[in-house]
Amino acid sequence: MTSLYLVGGAILFALGLHALVARRHLLLKVLALNVMGSGVFMVLLALAARGGVQPDPVPHALVLTGIVVAVSATAFALALILRVKAVTGRPYLPDHNGDDPA
Amino acid sequence: MPDTGLDWAAWAVAVPLVGALLAGLLSRPGSRLGPGLGVVFGLFTALTVAGAVVAVWRDGPVRAGLGGWDVPLGIALSLDGLSALMLAMTAVVGLAVSVYALGYLRGSQMRGKFWALWLWLWAAMNALYLSGDVFNLYVTLELVGLAAVALTALSGGAAALGAAMRYLLVSLLGSLAYLMGVALLYGGYGVLDLAALGVAMEPDNVSRLAAAFMTVGLLMKTALFPLHVWLPPAHASAPAPVSAVLSALVVKASFYLILRLWLDVFPALTVPGFELLMGALGAGALLWGSVLALRAARLKQVVAYSTVAQLGYLFLMFPLMAVTPGAWQAVVFFALAHACAKATVFLAAGNLQRAAGHDRLADLGAVMRAEPMSVFAFGIAGASLVGLPLTGGFIAKWLLVEAAIEGGAWGWAWLVLGGGLLAGAYVFRVLGHAFGRSVRLERHERVPGLMAWSTLALALVSVVLGFAGAASLELLALHGGRP
Repeated sequence: MTSLYLVGGAILFALGLHALVARRHLLLKVLALNVMGSGVFMVLLALAARGGVQPDPVPHALVLTGIVVAVSATAFALALILRVKAVTGRPYLPDHNGDDPA
Repeated sequence: MPDTGLDWAAWAVAVPLVGALLAGLLSRPGSRLGPGLGVVFGLFTALTVAGAVVAVWRDGPVRAGLGGWDVPLGIALSLDGLSALMLAMTAVVGLAVSVYALGYLRGSQMRGKFWALWLWLWAAMNALYLSGDVFNLYVTLELVGLAAVALTALSGGAAALGAAMRYLLVSLLGSLAYLMGVALLYGGYGVLDLAALGVAMEPDNVSRLAAAFMTVGLLMKTALFPLHVWLPPAHASAPAPVSAVLSALVVKASFYLILRLWLDVFPALTVPGFELLMGALGAGALLWGSVLALRAARLKQVVAYSTVAQLGYLFLMFPLMAVTPGAWQAVVFFALAHACAKATVFLAAGNLQRAAGHDRLADLGAVMRAEPMSVFAFGIAGASLVGLPLTGGFIAKWLLVEAAIEGGAWGWAWLVLGGGLLAGAYVFRVLGHAFGRSVRLERHERVPGLMAWSTLALALVSVVLGFAGAASLELLALHGGRP
């Protein structure tokens, strides 16, 4: 069972990373980061369950703290998306030519 | 009166945090309360940092569990020479930027929010330098990132918002990669304390994977070439005091964490070729950043690309440490010299932008001649970036070259010197406009005295650093700290 959650966490992390790079809409990018975060939390939960009957409480505490951080980061990201949409009219990152200082 | 260094350092986190909360809750747009709170709390933060540095100097490194709960149950705070130097760097630059911001933000809409966010960022950076626990470090890293992004977006323009959004996505991705590394480390060793991990570390595959996740995540946040593309737009579009803080301090916070991990936790994990890869990325940053700084059309972009270039030096740490183990001290001194010089250059650029109403390099000549004090400060700090004698940058490059030659790594020594030449080219490209054929002065707004004088004062710190090399190295030698 434990390895199922470990592998599941790794897959979620990879899927989120792919969507973060491939999707253009900012809301989808923020959701992708949330999926990646869930992947990390799942790995932590799998690690907590390893020791037999008694689960290890430390990873649980880490996941709870991590969720608090993720919620605040997501709230901030959503607020920023709304500002970007209000000012530029489009919920996308500005067109970016990589390193083009001119 | 706090007695140990850690008591002082704990106040260095608590004071700006309280200041940030008060400034956020009490100040209204247009009220004078925010700036007043900001400067008073900034001053007290700097005083507590001074107390912490003196205590480390006197008594050596200290460690303690938070709330009296010791490791492994509790969370450790640790304060050694490296943390103390980073705290001091933040305090010196932070104080100058705070005074500058008083003048810069007078009558501005950004005023109320700036002080809350800036004190918040200061508290988060101090907490990061003091934390001795990989998960606690994740939380501080996230606090630093969110506060920095919010400051980037402060001016509210389309360019600033886009740059802030990109910065936020990169920063969150970097944090998550770091957190995945933390999870793997906990899975492997069952502890989160840096010192305990360092003792237990075995060179196995899980540890290597964890180290890779954490290092790559932090490299994104430090903007090492080729992960740097988010940095120039963010640093160039933020208000001047924010640019100074981002370029001088925030990227150094994630660099500090890379250094701390590879110094105290991961040294057993290096594989052949790793140092060379990091050194090569550093060299790439140095060359590519310099080339783009030479091509940029706007003053603040020149300075931002110069940051990309100068960050390359920091990653020469890895190849240099492979041949001369003490080389990291030279790199930390370089980070210190760069922080003071880069903050000065961004503040001076802000002065010129205020005076001219724009920062197009080609049209700045007349304004530069009308603002000799800012140009003088730019010149001193530029000399430090190039590494000319009597500046902190000179001592930093001297130490780097010395470490390279001591280890017989001549190639890296040449790279350090060549990077100085490139820096000279883009610094004099800017300064050259002050000596050009006269262009008529079209528009000239007076620069508030607080801005001009705080810029000059910070420039003089670069000169003081030219004589502080030995003292800094002595402080850095106080490393580690067992319970």
